[in-house]
Amino acid sequence: MSDIADKVKKIVVEHLGVEESKVTPEASFIDDLGADSLDTVELVMAFEEAFSVEIPEDAAEKIATVKDAIDYIEKQKAA
Amino acid sequence: MFSLSGKIALVTGASGGIGAAIARQLHALGATVVLSGTREAALKELADSLGARAHIAVANLSDASEADGLVAKAEAVAGAPLDILVNNAGLTRDTLAIRMKDSDWSQVMTVDLESPFRLARAALKGMLRRRAGRIISIASVVGTTGNAGQANYAAAKAGIVGMSKSLAQEAGPRGVTVNVVAPGFIETPMTDVLSEGIREKLVGSIPLGRMGNPDDVAAAVVYLASDEAAWVTGTTLHVNGGMAMV
Repeated sequence: MSDIADKVKKIVVEHLGVEESKVTPEASFIDDLGADSLDTVELVMAFEEAFSVEIPEDAAEKIATVKDAIDYIEKQKAA
Repeated sequence: MFSLSGKIALVTGASGGIGAAIARQLHALGATVVLSGTREAALKELADSLGARAHIAVANLSDASEADGLVAKAEAVAGAPLDILVNNAGLTRDTLAIRMKDSDWSQVMTVDLESPFRLARAALKGMLRRRAGRIISIASVVGTTGNAGQANYAAAKAGIVGMSKSLAQEAGPRGVTVNVVAPGFIETPMTDVLSEGIREKLVGSIPLGRMGNPDDVAAAVVYLASDEAAWVTGTTLHVNGGMAMV
């Protein structure tokens, strides 16, 4: 697993207070990890801060799973 | 009655008549208060008269970066996260619309509407995470009724109400409440300048037969800041002696 994936996972565990084993790549923040819409906004803001990236509103809307977040951040970092 | 023991409260415009009364009452109920304003000497004097649990944080809210940074500054001087934000600072640039300059409009918008948003945004980040908090903004009866010569001020104060209702909906799921107190005519240096004739006419329009005083407003703020007001959000509490029943 990449550093980015590790860090994303850690942030999700911290913010949502879920067990690490539940934070699989396919896990949906809302459906599987019990996040509400505010949680998802807070998560996106935490990602922005941790990775020094800007995630615009339309991109943020598409980040539904752990993998979505990792893919988006990896793409930004590679660019 | 209400206890605010252990709570940290930031009051903007604390050197003014209403702001000082709000700070005094919050402090009297046990809160640690951070007094903010532009006049350092006046803030210091108020802090000294309060004694322990009183700090100052000078900020000019017409400056966006100072407004953005004030919550962090207050938390730094208080040494703990903010529980209560009171957006009280405001200014007027009264004149009839046909004579109103762009700067009269924009100064009022910046200080009276934009800076409360900046402060609320900064405060909410922590409050949402901690799942607790109170945001109380001071508007005005003219935000509801309008007032000749105050198109800018009335618009900003009406804006406070719409903003607070929106924030109340966003923050509600986290137990954070957002409310407004809308004073009517209050005895302050701002209203002392009115002539006797205008004063009499004003009082005549108030069913309770007198001008309000800063403590009348502060008491409403205290209630909304209390734990007892946990189920009140998105509301505007009018404190105007019955002058406008809305």
